[in-house]
Amino acid sequence: MDNLVEITNLHFNRNKRPIFTGIDLVIPRGKVIAILGPSGTGKTTLLKLIGGQLRPEQGTVKVAGQNIHQLSLTELYQLRKTMGMLFQSGGLFTHLSVFENVAFPLREHTRLSDAMIRSLVLIKLNMVGLRGARHLMPSELSGGMARRVALARAIALDPKLIMYDEPLSGQDPISMGVLIKLIRTLNDALGLTSVIVSHDVQETLSIADYVYVISNNKLIGQGTPDMITHDKSEQVQQFIKGLPDGPVPFHYPAEPFSKDLLEGVKAC
Amino acid sequence: MLNQVSMLGRFGIELVRDYGKAGLLLYQAIVRVPNFRKGFPLVLQRVYSEGVLSLTIIIVSSLFIGMVVALQGYNTLAKFGASSALGPLVALSVVRELGPVVTALLFAGRAGSAMAAEIGLMKATEQLSSMEMMAVNPLQRVIAPRLWGGFISMPLLTLIFNITAVYGAYLVGVKWLGVDAGAFWSNMQASVDFRTDIMNGIYKSVVFGFVVSWISVYQGYFATPTSAGIANATTRAVVYSSLAILGLDFVLTAMMIGGW
Repeated sequence: MDNLVEITNLHFNRNKRPIFTGIDLVIPRGKVIAILGPSGTGKTTLLKLIGGQLRPEQGTVKVAGQNIHQLSLTELYQLRKTMGMLFQSGGLFTHLSVFENVAFPLREHTRLSDAMIRSLVLIKLNMVGLRGARHLMPSELSGGMARRVALARAIALDPKLIMYDEPLSGQDPISMGVLIKLIRTLNDALGLTSVIVSHDVQETLSIADYVYVISNNKLIGQGTPDMITHDKSEQVQQFIKGLPDGPVPFHYPAEPFSKDLLEGVKAC
Repeated sequence: MLNQVSMLGRFGIELVRDYGKAGLLLYQAIVRVPNFRKGFPLVLQRVYSEGVLSLTIIIVSSLFIGMVVALQGYNTLAKFGASSALGPLVALSVVRELGPVVTALLFAGRAGSAMAAEIGLMKATEQLSSMEMMAVNPLQRVIAPRLWGGFISMPLLTLIFNITAVYGAYLVGVKWLGVDAGAFWSNMQASVDFRTDIMNGIYKSVVFGFVVSWISVYQGYFATPTSAGIANATTRAVVYSSLAILGLDFVLTAMMIGGW
């Protein structure tokens, strides 16, 4: 199968704390790939490594056959024109209207006429159902609407790869349903490759073609949504079913509780 | 003892690293092939935000400063029967020192703090990251126009400060205290030299504009992306800019008096 992204033996530390210790994964073209895992496991970091915003200690990240961390700044920016990223907060420019936010990448990277840019922006906004909101400012949008605008902006240049960083977090059920449907529809209609980082398990599994589960600095499971649901690993099961205790403990590592309490008594 | 030496060493390394980061920021923002089609409107927009919107505070402050200098100067000069020298006193104080220094301090307080806060907030809300992922370099799209905006605005603001302050002194000295208008203007014209007085003040303002903008964008760009981090960055932008203005003013004055 033709892979758009290939990650080999990825090691990454943050402030000397290991985030990844040897991750291998591939993202095939045209698929919706989900990367699941508990909070703080480095899922967003992985997207930033794929986008070349962070540099790994060891290992390679190839996007469209190019090692992204060996490219010059010009080559990197050229490659990024074929990527879109939806940030957790949306990352909309607060001083620009919805229309201008979506038009921003077109104005920056093309010399299209204003009329052509207008048509393209309206097409993208129509795809996410917000053509009528083009005059609004980001501060006037709900959380779900802001993400849809950010999505329209991310697809403005017709990228090959689109990365979603927690697209569903903090969304009401209707917005969540709209976003989930949009991600799948846009992927299929535009021939994109989508990577979704999330911890909303059921919603993400409903549209993913393939799933990677990350925990404790490494991959703990991978497969189709059905395979992941029936995975025998305790760690995967704990995460998928949302169990409060298990291999990922409920308690943050600490001294025995009785010892802590007794120390308090002695101090008195 | 060893701990103190180690702390001193760590402080030194941090300091050098900060200067290095600030230097790289400046290099990456400014050194590039100019793109006038995209760059000019952005710089113009920044001149408006940093310069035009600072006009109110500059005009009001300079008017009062000119009036106060005239009042103080008149009281002292009158004791020696030299009140006709009020014009040169005010003009030289303003164009050489007060104009560039006070304008720069006000500019740091209004535009510098706004720059640091705006860039810090753009970082915290992932606007800079999303720009990077859209293959747009934030150093060139966000930082460079702000640097040029400050660089261009400051000398213009200083000129306006100088003119308004002198007018304020005229109102107090001539219109209120009764100094002869002819003596006020002609003595000023005879004493103030365009190159050594006015232009030296403008050179200072160019340096201050550049330094204040540089410090402010640096503090914003490297702010910790939290509310406390942005507040700290804004405070540091104003404090460091003010100290840099006063320190550089001494250095530049010494160079100018010493004939460069």
